[in-house]
Amino acid sequence: MVKVRIPTPLRTLTGGKSEVEAPASDIQSLIESLNGQFPGLKDRVCDDNGEIRRFVNIYLNEEDIRFLQGKRTSVKDGDEVSIVPAIAGGVHPGDA
Amino acid sequence: MEFTEQQIERYSRHIILPDVGGRGQKKLVAARVLVIGAGGLGSPAALYLAAAGVGTIGLADGDVVDLSNLQRQILHTTAHVGKPKVESGREMLVAINPDVAIKTYQTTINAENILGILTDYDLILDGSDTFSTRYLVNDACFFAKKPLISGSIFRFEGQLTTLKPHDGFPCYRCLYAEPPPPGLVPNCQEAGVLGVLAGTIGVLQVAEAIKEIVGFGTSLAGSMLVYDALEMNFRKTRVPKDPECLLCGERPRITDLSGDYAVSCGL
Repeated sequence: MVKVRIPTPLRTLTGGKSEVEAPASDIQSLIESLNGQFPGLKDRVCDDNGEIRRFVNIYLNEEDIRFLQGKRTSVKDGDEVSIVPAIAGGVHPGDA
Repeated sequence: MEFTEQQIERYSRHIILPDVGGRGQKKLVAARVLVIGAGGLGSPAALYLAAAGVGTIGLADGDVVDLSNLQRQILHTTAHVGKPKVESGREMLVAINPDVAIKTYQTTINAENILGILTDYDLILDGSDTFSTRYLVNDACFFAKKPLISGSIFRFEGQLTTLKPHDGFPCYRCLYAEPPPPGLVPNCQEAGVLGVLAGTIGVLQVAEAIKEIVGFGTSLAGSMLVYDALEMNFRKTRVPKDPECLLCGERPRITDLSGDYAVSCGL
């Protein structure tokens, strides 16, 4: 299982949980697996083409996956993944 | 310059610090720092910059003090409600440290005025609360070759990084390539923020600023600090310079401030 840190604006989808776990072999399958547990999460993180939104960063441990292999970056049990969207004062993208 | 007796006493706790000393304190006294936004982040930041003896502090904010600001914007008091933030800010900063020269800009920062304002400063603190200003400040600081300490907050979370793209480090666009498109920001109303979170991040911006000015410690350039007040944890992530960055990458497409910065609200 991979540990995933959920940012405040997405916690409405995870029942308030800041950390969740999901089985996955890479980031792509992690997003699908999270979306299975928490429907709607994928739409918040990815655009209509399934690409990770440009104001959302995903970190594997401390590294930004854009500079690894993107969505094909492999993950293993015990890894920690963080979803960190851009924030600006009181305004947040996708926060209804 | 030589310190007066009063200055030696006022700054004694800095001067006896091995990493600061008299030399470091002189750098602080000579430094010129612009604080963009005299709000949640800018308030604690400006207070500590003044207390630290930063010689020239610029405050840029076009707003007036609202009662709902006082939950976190500690530069302003109840008596200041309805007054321009830069004016109440000036009053408070002068009261804390009359040595400090305060310059005020009672205006919204925009593409036309920002470069002229940046000229007079060595370092910029961004405490703005919209994406449009945040990207504009980032781009302008890159063109003006000014280090930028960026802080942002949302509800219980804060982000902090030091941006020096002119010095081989990443810029804000390396971190987040583009602001969110209009459709994804339903409105520009406040989503709520834990007041003290503004204090935490604003004060950390000053810690970075002082290190940058005096030249000690490890900078957050190339990293981002993410603070979660609910879980009470701080995490650091790496922020590489993006070779594809539209601003500071190998093939830049943003070469001036003529682009559309007013996209973040979308209403």
